[in-house]
Amino acid sequence: MSSPVATPPSPPSTPSTGAEPVRVQRSLGARILSRPEVGSLAAAIAIFVFFFAIAPPFRTAEAFSTILYSASTIGIVALGVALLMIGGEFDLSSGVQVTTAALASSMISYQFSLNAWVGALASLVIALAIGFLNGWLLIKTKLPSFLITLSTFFMLQGINLGVTKLLTGAVATQNISDLDGFDSAKAIFAADVNLGFVNVKVSVFWWILFTLVATWILLRTRTGNWIFAVGGNQDSARAVGVPVAKVKIGLFMGVAFCAWFLGQHLLFNFSTVQAGLGVGNELIYIVAAVVGGALLTGGYGSAIGAAIGAFIFGMTTQGIVYAGWDPNWFKTFLGVMLLLAVLLNLYVKNSASRRK
Amino acid sequence: MFRSGKRVVALVAALAGAALVAAGCSSQGGAQQSNTNATAQRYTIAMITHEQPGDSFWDKIRAGAEQAANELNVDLKYSNNNDAGQQATLVQNAIDSKVNGIAVTLAFADQVGPAAQKAVQAGIPTVAFNSGINEYQKYDIPMYFGSDEDLAGQSAGQRLAQAGGGKALCVVQEQGSVALEARCAGVKKSFPSTENLQVNGADLPSVQQTIGAKLQQDPSITDVVTLGAPYALAALQAKTDAGSQAKVVTFDLNADVAKAIQSGQILFSVDQQPYVQGYMAVQSLWLNLTNGNDLGGGKPVLTGPSFVDNTNISKIADYAAKNTR
Repeated sequence: MSSPVATPPSPPSTPSTGAEPVRVQRSLGARILSRPEVGSLAAAIAIFVFFFAIAPPFRTAEAFSTILYSASTIGIVALGVALLMIGGEFDLSSGVQVTTAALASSMISYQFSLNAWVGALASLVIALAIGFLNGWLLIKTKLPSFLITLSTFFMLQGINLGVTKLLTGAVATQNISDLDGFDSAKAIFAADVNLGFVNVKVSVFWWILFTLVATWILLRTRTGNWIFAVGGNQDSARAVGVPVAKVKIGLFMGVAFCAWFLGQHLLFNFSTVQAGLGVGNELIYIVAAVVGGALLTGGYGSAIGAAIGAFIFGMTTQGIVYAGWDPNWFKTFLGVMLLLAVLLNLYVKNSASRRK
Repeated sequence: MFRSGKRVVALVAALAGAALVAAGCSSQGGAQQSNTNATAQRYTIAMITHEQPGDSFWDKIRAGAEQAANELNVDLKYSNNNDAGQQATLVQNAIDSKVNGIAVTLAFADQVGPAAQKAVQAGIPTVAFNSGINEYQKYDIPMYFGSDEDLAGQSAGQRLAQAGGGKALCVVQEQGSVALEARCAGVKKSFPSTENLQVNGADLPSVQQTIGAKLQQDPSITDVVTLGAPYALAALQAKTDAGSQAKVVTFDLNADVAKAIQSGQILFSVDQQPYVQGYMAVQSLWLNLTNGNDLGGGKPVLTGPSFVDNTNISKIADYAAKNTR
């Protein structure tokens, strides 16, 4: 059944990417070079070497741990977003979904004096429902996901504020660190893991685990083939029997799951959540996925690429601080570094696809 | 049928009674009249801010304003927009709807100021509050309630110097904000070895990571100054992550910062008393409308800096928990 779509179909040919124009038998080296994440890996190494050379504090294990933490808080949601983008859709509500999930978890457990885990699980149900709604609206209305999720983005922003204000009388939730189950939940979502020589946030390990699982799904399962197929060409995917609606709704729920996870990290790290957080992060997740080789047009990309994209973003953000550059120019440096990363990515990919 | 007929009769009787009572009142003069005029006329006051939705700070401004409105029987119309042009439109909107008084924040003085000036020229009593201490007079606004950010920064810097700090880090959570930059500049005036750090205020983990990275990069930092309560808590986390001994001080309060001051994790908070800003803005307009008063003698009325530290926190912690400090 799935054999006709066992290989990712070529993406719609955009002249700038030039990815995989012809599929011929190539050597192992060339095949590795044509993976979506190779270009971003080269960029990541280049940026790492750059900061390693100019910023002495960057060279410590503690600094690397901070960078990984920074990358993980972007990378967990960027992973879901990357899979969704491979499936050919966007989610602009991912940033505020994180806040919604954190708020829901916090308020449910506080208002009803429940175990923190009950709040976290109830919040998971709510998050998945939001993801389902996004996907379901997309399938039913056939509107671009850009518009659907922009609407949910605005709605959630309002709901975050309105409901929080209604229930707590303020725009931040109460501190829940006294609740039962808080400590065990914190151990899962926001603990420090002591590796002997350095402390690493547990979110880093979750991020790596999620990336491995997503890679396995994409490359080794039928679901993975379906994701590439619906993103490459939805109509022909449907024609060969891919359940397009299920795949897309599932991908939106995947983003919602990632957002929920980061939301719980946020909550159990700080014990309280401000209702206005998260706005603007949706673009950072998309950027991480794109830097990691995902195409804006869908059908092409990888989970490891998204992880590398998040790593580049985290490394650049913190690297600028380690280098001690003038903070007023911070965003400029960030923009230049990202542009260079994408350009290097493109260059490597182009030269890789030219090698037959 | 019968019932509703009865009801009509009752209504007519009630109306007739009311008419009699009304006719019995004198239309002018007398003690009754002057009393009721002062308290029973319901004024409409528009409060227009540059609030970024979801910040607990603004919640307190609003709580103060609503408290004053309740006490004074004022109809408070609150609106906000974080975009300069949009906020100016909201001011114009208030002028058009002929409100009795306007309270406006001048964070974007160049754009919102002229609109507020129009309100003054249209004869609507107008006060500025929270931001615009250096600009409000330019637009003929008679009163201002707020903190002097420069002064607040300077006094915070003095305290750091007294405590014997070596180098301070001033964490700016919103790039290009005049008020925040003024605070850091103030700190730098009285505590010269101060360095600014830009963080993304919409993303708390990233605030924590960036402060942590800075503390690792520069171990000589002895004090971290955050400019908002949530960022102080992120700084505390960052400090633990980085294994730094730096002291944390902050601007503004919330319940968690109050707790951290009680437990000694945060040295002090520079409070600009947002509740008072909202309260006084409405109160002063009401006094002006009902009694022709103006406050401040042409000078700004300062609501801050007010310092909260371990000497006075026991009293203030309760107020912070109630969201009024």
